[in-house]
Amino acid sequence: MTSALFARTASKPRAGRPRDRVTLAAGCVVGLFVFLAVCGPLLVPHAPNAVDPLNVHAGPSATHLLGTDDSGRDLLSRLIAGTRASLAAPAVVIAVSTTLGTLLALVAAWFGGWLDRFVSGALDVVFGFPGLIMAVLVAAVFGAGLTAPVVALSIAYLPLITRVVRSAAIKERNLPYVSALQLLGAPTARIWLRHLLPNLGPLVLVQATIGFGYALLDVAAISFLGLGSQPPDPEWGLMVANGAPSILAGAPQQSLYAGLAILLVVVAFNLLGTGLSRRLLGEQA
Amino acid sequence: MLEVRNLRKEFGDFVAVDDVTFSLPQRGSLAIVGESGSGKTTTARMIAGLETASGGHILVEGEERGPGHKRQRQRQRLRSGERRARGRQIQMVFQDPYSSLDRRQRVGAAVAEAVALHQRLPADRLRARVAELLDMVGLDDRQAAALPKALSGGQRQRAAIARALAAEPQILILDEAVAALDVSIQAQILRLLADIRARTGTALLFITHDLGAVRHISDDMLVMQAGKIVEHGPVATVLADPQHPYTRRLIASVPKPGWIPRRRMDPAAAARLP
Repeated sequence: MTSALFARTASKPRAGRPRDRVTLAAGCVVGLFVFLAVCGPLLVPHAPNAVDPLNVHAGPSATHLLGTDDSGRDLLSRLIAGTRASLAAPAVVIAVSTTLGTLLALVAAWFGGWLDRFVSGALDVVFGFPGLIMAVLVAAVFGAGLTAPVVALSIAYLPLITRVVRSAAIKERNLPYVSALQLLGAPTARIWLRHLLPNLGPLVLVQATIGFGYALLDVAAISFLGLGSQPPDPEWGLMVANGAPSILAGAPQQSLYAGLAILLVVVAFNLLGTGLSRRLLGEQA
Repeated sequence: MLEVRNLRKEFGDFVAVDDVTFSLPQRGSLAIVGESGSGKTTTARMIAGLETASGGHILVEGEERGPGHKRQRQRQRLRSGERRARGRQIQMVFQDPYSSLDRRQRVGAAVAEAVALHQRLPADRLRARVAELLDMVGLDDRQAAALPKALSGGQRQRAAIARALAAEPQILILDEAVAALDVSIQAQILRLLADIRARTGTALLFITHDLGAVRHISDDMLVMQAGKIVEHGPVATVLADPQHPYTRRLIASVPKPGWIPRRRMDPAAAARLP
């Protein structure tokens, strides 16, 4: 009993501990890719769509650091240029689902009763439907392109955010300080904006960060299936698919590097999310 | 000033508060005493407007305060001024000092927010008013600039009292407001409340299970059991000469000097003793 207590105190995260260094490293990786997404097109050594039929499947060299693909396009340039497309779609998914989800969660938690039951029930229905399948279905109906899958995924990711935020919001709403504000006559909007939302902020941030990794994976999968980004866009999921035939030709670099980029970003977002959760929510969780 | 008539609250089939009637005079101090589940907190929450009454009336200075939260909310949508006017009638201090303040808000800011809701003041006079309130409850500048987690339970409860007083309420309800505090801190807070009552004329309504505290702070007391009032009268009279068996039991259960803790033994264990 006592030793368990001490063990918990001792493992309390503090700056400089290995777990925090992991979080920091994950944050740096995320930061780097966000930077590439913003400034990538200015940094590429070659035009990402410039073909070179005499130089296909080239290995790494001074001019092409990661080699070239089946059309002789520079892989490093394509990876960098593709960061924007690969990150923008999940960013939209997470922005929409987080904003809507937090709002829904607050409304459900605040008013309770039938409204809460309706929101929770509706979300359970959405939750029961796999997001990726929904996105593929929508893409199949509305035609290829990222818009339809992004809309579908935004809806599919709603329950992930809303469920967690709703239960936290119910807890928060029932704290006496909210009653005290109501008794003082504080307008509901003020209580929401000045008190509830800032207190739920860290949780929302953590959920959004972890969700981003999954959303990126889903968007890449849709593009891999040929329903999202279309050639010759250098989107990562699409690059994995484009590179697949070349693997048999002994040139796995396109699929490999694009897959590694996806892996790196997803893992980085996940580690950053869990690290933030430990730091920001540690005392509550 | 406060009149409660035939107040009733049902949760499904369960009657939590049954036909509760009492009044609290201006500058008065009344304690509602009872064990957990006796309906005393529900009564307080209905009076404050945090809970809807199933029946009965709550009047402040002869004016119906409305049947509670749901209807209140509808009216609030029309007039937020009325909401604040209700805030100037009744304020409440809650039991748990750890969650009755917003953990992200500095104590001074919390009090300032409460003041600003009720008085339009220029920045310097707002600051002065906040300082005055914090001074009244015995908090200094350093504590005003602190987040709640940096303060002790007693200090947080002082801050909560200052926030409630910002509305200059006619009635202050204290829902087990000292129950979570150390005995010595309890005494400090009770003294503070008595002082505030004397200085501002705020009537106090104590919700408590602590008969010792009641003796020091209240003029009158009523005893609730299972949602009903079983005894009502001046504190000295009730404590000296309890009429109802439940009140006698409550009084008998208070540890006194010479009190020896005794475990209830089961007969088998008692038989084995030499």
